[in-house]
Amino acid sequence: MLREDQIERYSRQIILPNVGGKGQEKLLNAKVLVIGAGGLGSPASLYLAAAGIGKLGIVDSDAVELNNLQRQILHSTKEVGRPKVESARDRLSAINTDIEVIPIKKRLTSENILDVIKDYDIILDGSDNFPTRYLVNDACVLSNKTLSHGGIFRFDGQAITIIPGKSPCYRCLFPEPPPPGAVPGCQEAGILGAVAGVIGVIQANEVLKLILGIGEPLAGRLLIFNALDSSFRIVKVPKNKDCPICGESPTIKKLIDYEEFCQLRKKGGRGR
Amino acid sequence: MGIKVRIPTPLQKLTKDKEVVECEANDVKGLVEDLEKRYPGIKTRLCDDGGKLRKFINIYVNDEDIRFLKMDQTPLKDGDEVSIIPAIAGG
Ligand SMILES: [Zn+2]
Repeated sequence: MLREDQIERYSRQIILPNVGGKGQEKLLNAKVLVIGAGGLGSPASLYLAAAGIGKLGIVDSDAVELNNLQRQILHSTKEVGRPKVESARDRLSAINTDIEVIPIKKRLTSENILDVIKDYDIILDGSDNFPTRYLVNDACVLSNKTLSHGGIFRFDGQAITIIPGKSPCYRCLFPEPPPPGAVPGCQEAGILGAVAGVIGVIQANEVLKLILGIGEPLAGRLLIFNALDSSFRIVKVPKNKDCPICGESPTIKKLIDYEEFCQLRKKGGRGR
Repeated sequence: MGIKVRIPTPLQKLTKDKEVVECEANDVKGLVEDLEKRYPGIKTRLCDDGGKLRKFINIYVNDEDIRFLKMDQTPLKDGDEVSIIPAIAGG
């Protein structure tokens, strides 16, 4: 049963058709893990916290840097130098005192990821590198956890929702990460903060829909955003029967730690 | 009329910052060759040394992934729209 202050706090979504008090209770009972308290994880976790996700975990191993603040709207200037997960917990708890925010200051690896995700129903990947993205996909497929994937690069964004056993996974879409040097390194990249906002909020919206059981998730469909012409497109993503992790005869049976190939990142220790 | 090809941001340096280019080809294999003729260097970004499409880049013909059509033998006709879509990992 919802308390009076909860009915007041969430009234604008409770009055929505298909949400109601029942829907709000689903949100309050949900457990969502946001991977990365960065450009995508910031807007995503802000909306998830505000909507009343009862248990919200945030994984990140880094500290806030001044150059993060242009897009990582969870953090503020006075937080530079603090662990991102602590800054995130303070900000999210300030927005919503009604939820439990769990800071997890860890770098995800093949050793720890299954243990980290096991307490959650839905995983939102807002990490910033290929090794983590493939690790998260594989771990979610192996442990049967729904995953909202989002990625950004300069003025482009992509999002897809993965429901293991039902919809194609990230490797069905892109079987392997690029090898070192195949894509421009992170030092050449760059991102407009609002692009991260667009994709991060789409991911949060996917998670809310999944918990509420409303609408159609981006399962089997890749959403492609281009900020310069303000276009959204969707391409079909079929399940790949030869997928190395979720196909008919998977070749990946245990988790892989791909090597990080961005020298800058290694030095700066940014990332998961 | 030809075939419209959408070039992803990471490859636009090769196409002089053009996001959409026009090509002539009968199939995807021919399209890659035609792209290479117009924008030298693009083929090695799309294909490995054996000429196979890289596993972190997809080519869509009218929003269908060629891996689920006829791969690089997928036929093309004037008016088709081809998109090249790479995996992106930023966050
Ligand atoms: Zn798969």
